[in-house]
Amino acid sequence: MTEFFQSLGMTYEWAWFVATIAGILLIVLPLLLSVAMIVYADRKIWAAINLRRGPNVVGPFGLLQSFADGLKVFLQETIIPSAANKGLFLIAPIITFTVALAAWAVIPFSETAVLANINVGLLYILAISSLGVYGVVISGWASNSKYPFFSSMRAAAQMISYEVSIGFTLITVVLMAGTFNLNDIIMAQKGHIGGIVNAYGLNPLLFPMAVVFLISAMAETARHPFDLTEAESELVAGYQTEYSSMSFALFWLGEYANILLMCALNAILFWGGWLPPIDWEPLYAVPGIVWLLLKIFIFFFIFSWVMATVPRYRYDQLMRLGWKIFLPLSLAWVAIVSGYVMIRDNGWPL
Amino acid sequence: MIQVFTFYLFATLLIASGAFTIFSRNPVHSVLWLILAFFNAAGLMVLVGAEFIAMLLVIVYVGAVAVLFLFVVMMLDIDFAELRAGFMKNVPLGILLAIIFVCELIFGIGAYRAGKIELADAPVNPAREGASNIEAVGELLYTKYIFLFETAGIILLVAMVGAIVLTNRKRAGVRPQKVADQVARRPEDATRNMQPEVGKGVEL
Repeated sequence: MTEFFQSLGMTYEWAWFVATIAGILLIVLPLLLSVAMIVYADRKIWAAINLRRGPNVVGPFGLLQSFADGLKVFLQETIIPSAANKGLFLIAPIITFTVALAAWAVIPFSETAVLANINVGLLYILAISSLGVYGVVISGWASNSKYPFFSSMRAAAQMISYEVSIGFTLITVVLMAGTFNLNDIIMAQKGHIGGIVNAYGLNPLLFPMAVVFLISAMAETARHPFDLTEAESELVAGYQTEYSSMSFALFWLGEYANILLMCALNAILFWGGWLPPIDWEPLYAVPGIVWLLLKIFIFFFIFSWVMATVPRYRYDQLMRLGWKIFLPLSLAWVAIVSGYVMIRDNGWPL
Repeated sequence: MIQVFTFYLFATLLIASGAFTIFSRNPVHSVLWLILAFFNAAGLMVLVGAEFIAMLLVIVYVGAVAVLFLFVVMMLDIDFAELRAGFMKNVPLGILLAIIFVCELIFGIGAYRAGKIELADAPVNPAREGASNIEAVGELLYTKYIFLFETAGIILLVAMVGAIVLTNRKRAGVRPQKVADQVARRPEDATRNMQPEVGKGVEL
């Protein structure tokens, strides 16, 4: 895109600057729009599984429901509790929202369509997603209220626990692909299984990690069945209890942007990202972004499906799953995969 | 141009948030300013081309250490009056420390101006030409510095085992969750389908 703006007669610096701003807008605006639509899809899928009709009043098939909700929230009054720490109370949703958007900078939508094609892409995503916990923790503390505080403590413990297993899972993929760059990881999956299937997830060696990553992604985004941070039967609405109006909407947008990001990561790391599922020439005629969006939506459907069918975990079960099952399993898998990579690259040692 | 601008942005924010870490009255605010300082330091490292270290700084310090820090500080019941009461008592010590640091700074700058010293005859090995950050670090860490690296690992392992030994204590009268029993429990064990006659109860 820089070349295009240079051809309009700008110097390289200005062209780069304008191209980057344009790239950011090209990611953020469709992302916010798809967050609105994915909330609608979420409610529809949930309703269909419960044999209800879901939103069906605003617009055709209720398609405009999210926009109506957004408008309603936008017109509400922002209420700040008098005992709250005002500055931090307002910063917290902004942190959640910004962090959820910032991670999208390194997501590749096709071979060339990536805003920042950096060679530490995966580490960047880990770093940014580890910041997400601050929005929750700060909001819980700044609200100066019991339920948000309990919720934020739960959230901090939960996110740290599952980040560990996510980290090890990512390392198995990195070992297999030999790179931290997301685009190179996708390219390494081309024809991975018998030269036919473009996916790490179907490799028997990595399939368990694909499952662990999917479940950890649900826990990391505090999605059902791991939504103990906003367990309404115990904690009212968790860390969002004291929030209203736009500050509440920012949490809500950030949460769904994070869920979409986790779906995208699942698709990119284990299921071939923007590559078609099968390494067959005519399939490459379809633009890569279509495949990626399709895979993201399939994973989002799985998220919704789980939300509608599985009851909520108990907190000790959540911690047990993270520390006693996923952590040893993924740690062992790092050793197994590194052994496999050693043999693949250097031959059998005997 | 943009590098200079970003450098001054990160550097100013780093120094400002470092200062606020010390001067803010509320410990929670201090930790949050510290996090901002870490973040800006990571930005500076990206600017000098050490993106791997920058990401590790954010993942390890911001993502894990500072969260636990915040976790502890958040739960403190802060008494601001008491915090300020101790101030006058520690002033002499503070001034002494400040003098020591200023002297060290002056000596350091003086020594730097006097020219560098040779610590060893062996030349430092520069990174392979064209190697990315991760490759360069990995190549040095797993060949030349493998023993130091493994020693660091053993020290961390010992620290971890020590922490577990110190906190792991047997308490009497605790009824922990027996997960195997919970998983093995079937609906037939917990429920019965009865059809009692009218006017008669059910024997439990």
